[in-house]
Amino acid sequence: MDAYKLCVEGVTRIYRDGERSLEVLQPIDLTVASGEFVTVIGPSGCGKSTLFNIIAGVDEPSSGSIAIDGDASSSRAGKTGYMLQQPLLLPWRTVEENIMLGLDVRRVPRKQAQQEAHELLKRFGLAEFAHHYPATLSGGMKQRVALLRTVLFNRTFLLLDEPFGALDALTRLSLQMWLLDLWQSFHASVLFITHDVREAILLSDRIYVLSARPARVLRVVDVELPRPRQPEFLALEQAVRLEQELVALLMKEQQL
Amino acid sequence: MKLRWIANYGPAFVLTVTLLVLWELYVRSGQISATVLPTPTSIVLALANNWDVISVQTLQTLVETVLGLAAATLVGLLLAILLDVSPAMRRAVYPLLVTSQTIPIIALAPLVLIWFGYDLGPKVLVVALYCFFPIAVACADGLLGTDPDLERLMRSMRASRWQILQLVRLPGAMPAFFSGLRIAATYSMTGAIFAEYVGAYQGLGIYMENSANAHAVVLVFAAILVTAALSLLLFGLVSVIERIALPWYQGAQVRAFGDAGMRRMG
Repeated sequence: MDAYKLCVEGVTRIYRDGERSLEVLQPIDLTVASGEFVTVIGPSGCGKSTLFNIIAGVDEPSSGSIAIDGDASSSRAGKTGYMLQQPLLLPWRTVEENIMLGLDVRRVPRKQAQQEAHELLKRFGLAEFAHHYPATLSGGMKQRVALLRTVLFNRTFLLLDEPFGALDALTRLSLQMWLLDLWQSFHASVLFITHDVREAILLSDRIYVLSARPARVLRVVDVELPRPRQPEFLALEQAVRLEQELVALLMKEQQL
Repeated sequence: MKLRWIANYGPAFVLTVTLLVLWELYVRSGQISATVLPTPTSIVLALANNWDVISVQTLQTLVETVLGLAAATLVGLLLAILLDVSPAMRRAVYPLLVTSQTIPIIALAPLVLIWFGYDLGPKVLVVALYCFFPIAVACADGLLGTDPDLERLMRSMRASRWQILQLVRLPGAMPAFFSGLRIAATYSMTGAIFAEYVGAYQGLGIYMENSANAHAVVLVFAAILVTAALSLLLFGLVSVIERIALPWYQGAQVRAFGDAGMRRMG
């Protein structure tokens, strides 16, 4: 069991508002092995983000258990690197200071935090932007900074909620490759949300397909493409077949 | 840079000068007695001739204003944070806060005088009472405007409430805080003059009242001139502090340069 970075068992979430109740998650089982890249894909509004909030410790499940590193009892907050769709950079902090945010929360001494941030920026090619304010950066660059902030807070387990959803196709592709590079150099475990089937296939080891709300797991598929991944792999026969299969599955779930 | 200045401040300058010249000509043409409405030149002249007296009054009023504004800033900030602590606190305190602003300061000033006397303290108190509200409200709104996603992010990092306030919400509320402070700074001087009007040993307020009673209209205008100049100076000072404190905040630049600045940046 301890090989699992994350183990979600029978997690449900029901929101209650007086008389009315809204069931968002039906019992969901999901695992992420150590060093694995797992993607959750599903129609928009299906409850993927709710699942992530629960895993990140920002929300609590109505029932079921979540274990991170085999520990299901203590608080999950602080144990994941959570990144949302928006970069959420603080406009008054420079790139370097933004990356240090998580270390400030942990009360890491300033000098040490600065050094760690500096090394990370250098390693992933953003050193020249260290002292820029976010307002001067492009969308793709902001998302890179947000990703580095996430990694600097927790490089072992990343929860990425549609991080590239708002980017244009080319920027998105370059960030996808950048993320794979980052993932491999840190041997991180990643749980990734998207509704882009091709993105899921290009990045993941395993894909969970969720149904429309209330979300349940429709299918789990392994992606048998070689590593390191290249964008061309999407044209391989097995990738194309998988893509068609998943799109067909999701189309059935898509409500009008 | 010089051209920019002319483009930005030129129209206001031209309009002001034109109005002053019209005023001067109107009075000089004998349409109205110069003792009732003195000419701009005679006001400046009176200010220069009485500077030894007026400067002492000005210093007194300025000290009251600056101390009062500082107190208002402190109280406003603390109140905003207090309102932010819990929704229940907000619901309890906010209506009280708004109600406090419906009490006319002109009625309150004599009471403060009766309760606390003629010293510096009560004047500072009136200025603070007059000024804390815009600061508190603007800052509280700024705190409320925090992106809920940012709070989620911070909570996923296991940040405490205090850390979220300190690292995310307060810095994010600073532009709003400065808007409030700028408003407060603009009429802080008026608050001090109010307080002096109802009774003081010295200050521009009591000087204006005494001058008016002596029908020395020109001296009233001289004191008004000083008040306006200092109020503008305070406003400018707050803008300068804002630009130094919030180098990332471009909105400050847009406002300080006016419309022309906005077009250039857009």
